[in-house]
Amino acid sequence: MGSKTPLYDKHVDADARIVDFGGWDMPLHYGSQKEEHHAVRGNAGVFDVSHMTIVDLAGKRVREFLQYLVANDVARLSEYGKALYTAMLNPRGGVIDDLIIYYLSDTDYRLVVNAATRIKDLAWIREQAGAFDIAVNERAELAMIAVQGPNARELAAPCVAPDYRDAAMAMKPFFGMLGGDWFIARTGYTGEDGWEICLPAAQAPGVWDRLLAAGVVPCGLGARDTLRLEAAMNLYGTDMDESVSPLEAGLDWTVAWEPGDRDFIGRAALQALRDNPSKQRFVGLLLEERGVLRNHQKVVVEGVGEGEITSGGFSPTIGRSIALARVPAGDYDRAQVEVRGRLLNVRIVKTPFVRNGKIQIDT
Amino acid sequence: MSDLPGDLLYTKDHEWLRREDDGSVTIGITDHAQGALGDLVYVELPEVAQDVDEGGDMAVVESVKAASDVYAPIGGNITAVNEGLSDDPEKINSDPYGDGWIVRMQPSDGMDEGALMSPDDYQQFIDELDD
Repeated sequence: MGSKTPLYDKHVDADARIVDFGGWDMPLHYGSQKEEHHAVRGNAGVFDVSHMTIVDLAGKRVREFLQYLVANDVARLSEYGKALYTAMLNPRGGVIDDLIIYYLSDTDYRLVVNAATRIKDLAWIREQAGAFDIAVNERAELAMIAVQGPNARELAAPCVAPDYRDAAMAMKPFFGMLGGDWFIARTGYTGEDGWEICLPAAQAPGVWDRLLAAGVVPCGLGARDTLRLEAAMNLYGTDMDESVSPLEAGLDWTVAWEPGDRDFIGRAALQALRDNPSKQRFVGLLLEERGVLRNHQKVVVEGVGEGEITSGGFSPTIGRSIALARVPAGDYDRAQVEVRGRLLNVRIVKTPFVRNGKIQIDT
Repeated sequence: MSDLPGDLLYTKDHEWLRREDDGSVTIGITDHAQGALGDLVYVELPEVAQDVDEGGDMAVVESVKAASDVYAPIGGNITAVNEGLSDDPEKINSDPYGDGWIVRMQPSDGMDEGALMSPDDYQQFIDELDD
C-alpha cells in the first residue's frame, strides 16, 4: 500500500486501474489510455499530480542560492510569477532532478520537483541551503491538479475564485500566480495549453468533480506518459538520471552558461563535456515500419556505433511508434532499432513530435 | 467483469481456446488479459503453416503500456491468423472472444482438455488473482 493523494477515492470510484508510482497509488487509466490522450489533444483532460513535491524557498539570499543550486539562471526571472525549467546537478554534472521554479518575489520562490525523488531532493536542497540561511518549506498539505488541452483553461476558469479569474485567464504561458490559497500556473507536461493548480487538499475533490461535470476527461499516468513523449518532454529516471548530464539528455537549452562567473553546482564537469566532440546526441526517432519502440532497446547506427532508447512508445496522435534515444555522436539521420532480434528502420526527427494538437514532424 | 463464454477453454496465461467443427482450434486472449494490457496498438502474428510447440512463442501483443508474449497453449500447425488485427489491433480490446481472435491451428496431438480450465475454473482463477 502506497501513499494516497486527496483524490484517491475519486480514482477508485471511477474504476481507475491503480498502479504504484514512486511509492504512490496512482491512476494508470480510467478505461482507455488512448481516449484520454486524444481528449487532451482535442479538448481537455485533468490529471491528479498531487504526488509531485512542492517546495517553497524563502530568505534574503534565495536568488543567490538558486543561482548556485541549478543549471539555469534564475536571474532570467524578473517578472512576477515567471517560471523556469531547469535541472539540479551533482558535482559530476549528473542530473539529481529536473524541476520548475516560479518567481514570487526576490525572497520567495516556489519549486516543483518530482515525486519519486522527493526524499533525496529535499535532503540535497536542505544540505546546500545551509550556508545561505534559506527556509525550505515542503507544502505537502497542497494537492495539485493539471488541467490540460486546448479548452482546458476555459473549462476550468469557473472553478477559480471570481476575484482571480480574470487575472488567471490573462496570464501568459509559463507564468504562475497566487490567488487566495490557490496557486495557478500556465504550465504542464503535455505539449498543450492549460493550467497546473496547487490548492488545499480539502478543496481538491470538489474541484475535480466540477471539472468532470464540465466535460473535462479524467486522465491517468498512462496518457500523461504518451502525451509528454509526443511533446518530447523528458521523464526523470528514464531519460536522465544522476549518471547523465543535461547535455546528453536534450537539455542544453536549460543550461545558462552566461554569466561565465556564475558558479553553479556541476558547472566545471559540464564545461568539460560541452567541448567534447564525442558526447552523445539525444534525438527523436520515428519508426518507419510496424511495431512499437520501447525503453532500453538498442539503437544501431551502421558504421558509427550503438545507442539506446530512453523512452519509447506508441504515439496515439501520429498512429506510429516514436522514441527518445541517446545515440553516438555523428552526422546521420537514419538508424535501426533491435526489436526481438530484428532490426527495424527508424528516422531521426526534430522534436517535439506533437505540439498544440498538431503533428510537428514529416510522417 | 463480463461473463465468460461457456463454450471456451482457458489457460493460466489468460488465453482462450475454441474447438472448431473441422478439428482446428481458435486461440485468443481473454477479456481479463486485454483489460490488464490496456489499449492494444500492435500485434505480431506468426506465419501461416508455421509449426509451434506447446509453450513456445506464438504471437506478441503490444499495448500502449507494454509488449506481452502470447505462448502456444498447445502444439500444432498454424492454419490461419487474424490479419484484421494488423490494421485494427483494438479488436482484441473490443471483442476479445470474437473479432479479436489471434490464430487458428491444427493441434499436432489433439487437445488435452484436462490441462485446460473450464469457464468456472478460470473465473475462480481470476477472482483469486484480484483478491
